[in-house]
Amino acid sequence: MTHKLVKIAGCLLLATSLTSCVHLKEYQKSRINDSEMALSNRKVERNELNFQSYREAASGANAGKTGGGCGCN
Amino acid sequence: MSAYAQTSKDSIIRLNPGFSLASSTGQDTNAYRPRRLRVDEVNLVSSYYKQNGNHSAVTGGIGTENVTDIANGIDLKLVWLGNTLNKNTLSVGLGFDHHTSASAAYVSQTGASNTGGSRVYPSLDWTVENTKKGTSFGVGSYYSGEYNYQSLGADLHFSAKTANRMGEFGVKLQGYFDHVKLIYPSEFIPTSTTTVTTVTTASGNSSSSESGGKANIPSSPRNTYTASFSYSQIVTSRLQIMFLADVVTQHGFLSLPFHRVYFSNGKDTIERLPSSRFKLPLGFRANYFLGDNVILRSYYRYYTDNWGSKSNTANLEIAYKVTPFFSISPFYRYYTQTAAKYFAPYEQNSPTQAYFTSNYEYAKFNSQFFGAGFRIAPPKGVLGWENLHELELRYGHYKQNVGLVSDVVSVSLGFK
Repeated sequence: MTHKLVKIAGCLLLATSLTSCVHLKEYQKSRINDSEMALSNRKVERNELNFQSYREAASGANAGKTGGGCGCN
Repeated sequence: MSAYAQTSKDSIIRLNPGFSLASSTGQDTNAYRPRRLRVDEVNLVSSYYKQNGNHSAVTGGIGTENVTDIANGIDLKLVWLGNTLNKNTLSVGLGFDHHTSASAAYVSQTGASNTGGSRVYPSLDWTVENTKKGTSFGVGSYYSGEYNYQSLGADLHFSAKTANRMGEFGVKLQGYFDHVKLIYPSEFIPTSTTTVTTVTTASGNSSSSESGGKANIPSSPRNTYTASFSYSQIVTSRLQIMFLADVVTQHGFLSLPFHRVYFSNGKDTIERLPSSRFKLPLGFRANYFLGDNVILRSYYRYYTDNWGSKSNTANLEIAYKVTPFFSISPFYRYYTQTAAKYFAPYEQNSPTQAYFTSNYEYAKFNSQFFGAGFRIAPPKGVLGWENLHELELRYGHYKQNVGLVSDVVSVSLGFK
């Protein structure tokens, strides 16, 4: 458990330190703003994520829903 | 010279909340009137899914897992600006699935149960975004209904950008309040209440009783509470990352009543699992724009729960832009999990255990999922149809090392 907490703390520390990484002007964001650079699932993936969550024990932490629906077929 | 250079930034925003560049200078910037409700986007997603395997939980970890599923969903996004220039977004969704499941036939010992079923799931979300402050707040609701399972959900979500707008923190609190209909395998239906009752389907609707009326089947609650946290950060002009963490607790009837378990002594019963479960998935995304044509989309997740399952998931997708508006994206996902402490295969659970299941969702296995997708989003619309601004098509093949294989093909259409 201690190891997990250390890992989580490390991630948070890294995230905090990254906030001062860079400051981009709008015209420098052409690549970052590309729709395929979005930090989210593609719309077309929605049903794939559903069946994965029904066939596997793990789910969550992918900005999808984490409850609802049986998936018991 | 661009339209931006001919007028002040403030007047552009106030005159053109939709960020159109077709503005003219010299207008009264104080005469702002909120933009009326408009349809911003409509998305349609359809999928066909087919799977096969030989470890059905209905028949105690053996038997066919043949499933087909057709899923269709529509999402409508409505946008308007309020008096304070807050952007309001109302998302209305409706999904409809129909599946056939070969194993559902064996809820009845004779194999005569209905194998088909349908699910309908509407959703509603309202988000208010303050673009000046970089914050947003929203509420959402969700319903899913199928013959043997009802789910009602609600959420609150909030996000805030960092002072330099390079990072964003998000939090979402969700609650799902489900009811599992207690449909038991036919041999476990108490004789005093059944006589000729044939309520034997996991998802169909064929039930009858001796009196000819519909059987009144009780249900049991299952509640899920989730707190989701995310932090995203632009690292360079080509790289952005995101940390994700969910804290999930579930309470109530967490097994399924029509899942059989065959003990090592040859006797059978129904699956029994604890009435609470705690899950902790931690995720990380990193997207990198390589050169001028390639985007690397990566994802990793570590998962643990108090039923003893641990898992690792790694996903990599390489989107290659053939043109700025057409890309091909092969992908590969590797997943591995350890078994839950209550799992044992067919006839390997002991009758002395408090909890037991032969559902291979909780087995030790690894899986691979690979395929490719393509996306077309030309500025003049797909196939010249201006309203159809995006088309995505994707195929994937999924394979577990315990025998389950599936294929899924999906199409997404985006209309403006």
